[in-house]
Amino acid sequence: MKELKLMKGNEAIAEAAIRAGADAYFGYPITPQSEVLEYLMAERPHERTGMIVLQAESEIAAINMVYGGAACGRKVMTSSSSPGISLKQEGLSYIAGSELPCLVVNVVRGGPGLGTIQPAQSDYFQAVKGGGHGDYRLIVLAPASVQEMADFVDLGFELAFRYRNPAMILTDGALGQMMEKVWLKEPKPRMTEYPEWATTGKTPDRERNIITSLELDSGRQEKFNLKLQAKYREMEEKEVRYETIECEDAEYLLVAYGTSARICQKSVQVARENGIKVGLLRPMTLFPFPKKILREMAPKLKGILSVEMSTGQMVEDVMLAVNGLVEVEHYGRMGGIIPAPDEIVSVLEEKFIKQNYYG
Amino acid sequence: MHPLVLQYDGDSEEKISKIMTEEIIIAGFGGQGVLSMGKILAYSAIMQDQEVSWMPSYGPEMRGGTANVTVILSSERISSPIINTFDTAIILNQQSLDKFENSVKPGGVLIYDGNGISRHPERRDINIYRIDAASEAAKLGSAKAVNMIVLGGYLKVKPLVELQNVVKGLAESLPQRHHSLIPMNEKAIKRGMEIVNTVHEVG
Repeated sequence: MKELKLMKGNEAIAEAAIRAGADAYFGYPITPQSEVLEYLMAERPHERTGMIVLQAESEIAAINMVYGGAACGRKVMTSSSSPGISLKQEGLSYIAGSELPCLVVNVVRGGPGLGTIQPAQSDYFQAVKGGGHGDYRLIVLAPASVQEMADFVDLGFELAFRYRNPAMILTDGALGQMMEKVWLKEPKPRMTEYPEWATTGKTPDRERNIITSLELDSGRQEKFNLKLQAKYREMEEKEVRYETIECEDAEYLLVAYGTSARICQKSVQVARENGIKVGLLRPMTLFPFPKKILREMAPKLKGILSVEMSTGQMVEDVMLAVNGLVEVEHYGRMGGIIPAPDEIVSVLEEKFIKQNYYG
Repeated sequence: MHPLVLQYDGDSEEKISKIMTEEIIIAGFGGQGVLSMGKILAYSAIMQDQEVSWMPSYGPEMRGGTANVTVILSSERISSPIINTFDTAIILNQQSLDKFENSVKPGGVLIYDGNGISRHPERRDINIYRIDAASEAAKLGSAKAVNMIVLGGYLKVKPLVELQNVVKGLAESLPQRHHSLIPMNEKAIKRGMEIVNTVHEVG
């Protein structure tokens, strides 16, 4: 049954996983996402649905358990935060190379290295450009509320299975730790039948299934690379998701995802109170990136400001999308600092509106 | 299936006139029940169909140091859960008073527990109320009631949430095994409503 709860983003992810009919979660604790594992342990999902929850000996072990579970056609997931996600990159590359579905959650903290436990968005490149070695992409979902933290778990699994590709929820410490109202979906039963490619034991009526990312024949490997690329192009065609906020008459556009998008929503209000027509484009999928809508909006705009809690990563995708049609600038705070709504409006004025005084 | 495109074009004039948003910071020592006061307030607002957000400071400062939480209650979709000015500041120690006194919006509300305060609030453009909750809790024989006494004081000053919804909120946020404590908490809230004092009000 649908249920209304007040939950932390991390807890919402965990509860949504049980309700999405996940078969297993493998994880290793790290701030600021430890509540995912804690909630799952406390909730005893094996008694509710039969779902397995296991604390692995390391992040690397966890992602390889995910690899194994996914090879058997099961709905499996892991979660971690930035340093832990770096450790998982080898496994992710193998999973992508084996065309397996799974869900990985990155509750991002500031880096590089161990960095800080405070929220950041500095793992954008790693998430959307591949992350591990080889030409591959993850489906990357960027929730901006606790409700979406819950909703994107089911969506992530659905897309991962549709495309036989790993999906990632890219979020951050602020969304992981904050509580909001969340409508939890009706629980889905776990699967009882598995995809035809799954290694579930060979039966006499079919060929054996082989899951591997190894192909020593160059011709066949190139063909496989092209197949993956075709899959990514299809995602770009069909799976782009975004939200527009007050874009209709906007002269300036903020582009932001996750926590930054929430701050920018307030910036839009503040700017409009000051008579500046600002809108917000909030990508909900970071790969595939909402290029088309940006290109369509560009000719009507006087400037775009990409707002990220990083030194400027998504701004490159914004620039590629508009391809010089309009000026694009970046504003970011780092180290766990979250920009204030009015600070963003000042930057927008500084970069686009006041510049005429100097020029 | 999640929709591919969401569109939000702001609120109509008519709707804007009815929007209620209350942005609150609650700050004190870790262990004073700052985070749980915020959680109960948030749950209470949910009981009357409002939107809420609860954003804690997290990290090493939680262990023994100061704790604070930003709670937003609104009749509308909440934009930023992280803000730097507040309609109301609820302050339980000197450190937090020093940190947040200047973050209250002009005309806003500051409620503080006077126990242990040496430098009292000085602003004259905000409404200031004092509630000596720590000493009152000692009288009630329950040090843990501090946060509920303060919550009572807040609800007296700003009756945005009905008491019956706070009781429902308590039931939702406390585990079943602690439900026997609800009447005691209710009593503490009512006591808080009685003992809150006006220090300064803006004309």
